[in-house]
Amino acid sequence: MAAISREEVAHLARLSRLAVTEEELDMFAGQLDVILQAVAQVGEVAAADIPPTSHSVPLTNIFREDVVTPCLTPQEALSGAPDAEDQRFRVPRILSEDVAS
Amino acid sequence: MSDLTRMTAVEIAALVAGGETSAVEVTRAHLDRIAAVDDRVHAFLHVDTDGALAAARAVDERRAAGEELGPLAGVPVAVKDVLATRGVPTTVGSKILEGWRPPYDATIVQRLREAGTVMLGKTNMDEFAMGSSTEYSAYGATHNPWDLSRIPGGSGGGSAAALAAYEAPLAIGSDTGGSIRQPGAVTGTVGAKPTYGGTSRYGLVAFSSSLDTPGPCARTVLDAALLHQVIGGHDPRDSTSIPQPVPDVVAAAKLGATGDLTGVRLGIVSEFVGEGAEPGVMAAFRESVDALAKLGAEIVEVSCPTFAYALPAYYLIAPSECSSNLARFDGVRFGLRVGDDGNRSLEEVMSLTREAGFGPEVKRRIMIGTYALSSGYYDAYYGQAQKVRTLITRDFTAAFERVDALISPTTPSVAFPMGARTADPYQMYLADLFTIPTNLYGGPGISVPCGLSEGLPVGLQVMAPTMADDRMYRVAAALESAVGTFTPPAL
Repeated sequence: MAAISREEVAHLARLSRLAVTEEELDMFAGQLDVILQAVAQVGEVAAADIPPTSHSVPLTNIFREDVVTPCLTPQEALSGAPDAEDQRFRVPRILSEDVAS
Repeated sequence: MSDLTRMTAVEIAALVAGGETSAVEVTRAHLDRIAAVDDRVHAFLHVDTDGALAAARAVDERRAAGEELGPLAGVPVAVKDVLATRGVPTTVGSKILEGWRPPYDATIVQRLREAGTVMLGKTNMDEFAMGSSTEYSAYGATHNPWDLSRIPGGSGGGSAAALAAYEAPLAIGSDTGGSIRQPGAVTGTVGAKPTYGGTSRYGLVAFSSSLDTPGPCARTVLDAALLHQVIGGHDPRDSTSIPQPVPDVVAAAKLGATGDLTGVRLGIVSEFVGEGAEPGVMAAFRESVDALAKLGAEIVEVSCPTFAYALPAYYLIAPSECSSNLARFDGVRFGLRVGDDGNRSLEEVMSLTREAGFGPEVKRRIMIGTYALSSGYYDAYYGQAQKVRTLITRDFTAAFERVDALISPTTPSVAFPMGARTADPYQMYLADLFTIPTNLYGGPGISVPCGLSEGLPVGLQVMAPTMADDRMYRVAAALESAVGTFTPPAL
């Protein structure tokens, strides 16, 4: 049985903000099915009472002294932006027009 | 003077420091070599001729002024295109960052500059460091200098190929599941993955943040150790950086080079010497084990049963982190933007941008990660993989109570022909079968050339406990002293 359907892959693509083509959906559906069936092997390991590891280094919050250090200028920070205006990143519209008006 | 491009970093640094050659002369020799062979190898995505010559001139001026130079001053280095370089294009092998010139240097790049090394340029890689062949680069594959019809490994195939083609004596890579060690193995070069947190991730374009580890690549173990020493150590800008000094890897490499491993206990990972590796690789590995025993090492077999589940666990954890990390490529702050016609919404533009900017393997991993993290599947996939990670760490800890270091072949096969695995993504994943456990554990691992199979290089991997990077350098240098280095046929 397939681990994942073409419709589920289309849903994943939407969640992932990828405007995939129909041909890509055909290709990815088969490939993701093979990959997901293989990685599902982790389920064979008896690990009910095992704590999860998210990170190999035991982490605590790292703080630094509250001192001013040099940083990027607005010009530098915006230097790679596809579009900028008035020292800000310019983005496509977020709200539809009837909501915005 | 003999060919500067054939020399080790140690030899070059000595000639520059002694005034027998200049850093500019060394740099020109390597730029000439790149011009002569890189149209066939394609190790570089960008060659920074002017920047390299300026850096070389600065070293020569400092020497002329009587300043003391560091141990790698004047030595050229090639940097994987995953690290931000101020003013120099940084693409991560992806169209989504085409043309981006970072406004800052990664910590490692800054340390390379301060050490007086000369950055030649940026090396090719699988897009976002996802792959084992560089065939997933958006800018065309790199070719293995040993056989141009074969892959140079990946994701850091460009850095490894640059070394094997004598385009650079040193290179920087990054290792999330084997991207330094596997290219090292299949190109007959040395690649070291430091302890996670032993080298800074600041300015490294993130793929899987709990695994990503930048590290040194070279043609000899001592050169790799010297580079490790320069780039390693605590960085306050990386909150996962370990606040301890780098173990003395240079002294360990020198000790290893004396060829004495008396009192060192090495464990062969039983799970990695069965049917998983091809016969030619196993033959070279077995001969190397004999060589290590002759140097005085005590060899035992150690079973690490959960290593069999490292690959599936990795291909849940790494894609999960990637799906989160790569959300930042939204067409707003840097890189590509597609479809912004004044009518489309932000979300539409974002989806079109990511569709156009990412290649197939990156899309696959983003979707696998999105799947593994979604509410109905989280426990069975991502949650379970994190528990397996705990068990793998326990296997390492138990093994290191019995032995000083673990050894295995670095890769199951020699360099495979280009195109052989691109249609079957899971086959590509298997190239990292032996390197992935170390990443999940967080310890250091090194690949050192150990022999040839069918005329192609085979690597031996040494894995050591967390923050015992020096141990793996000692063993690797000892093996190198016994088996020598391997020279590819002339290009």
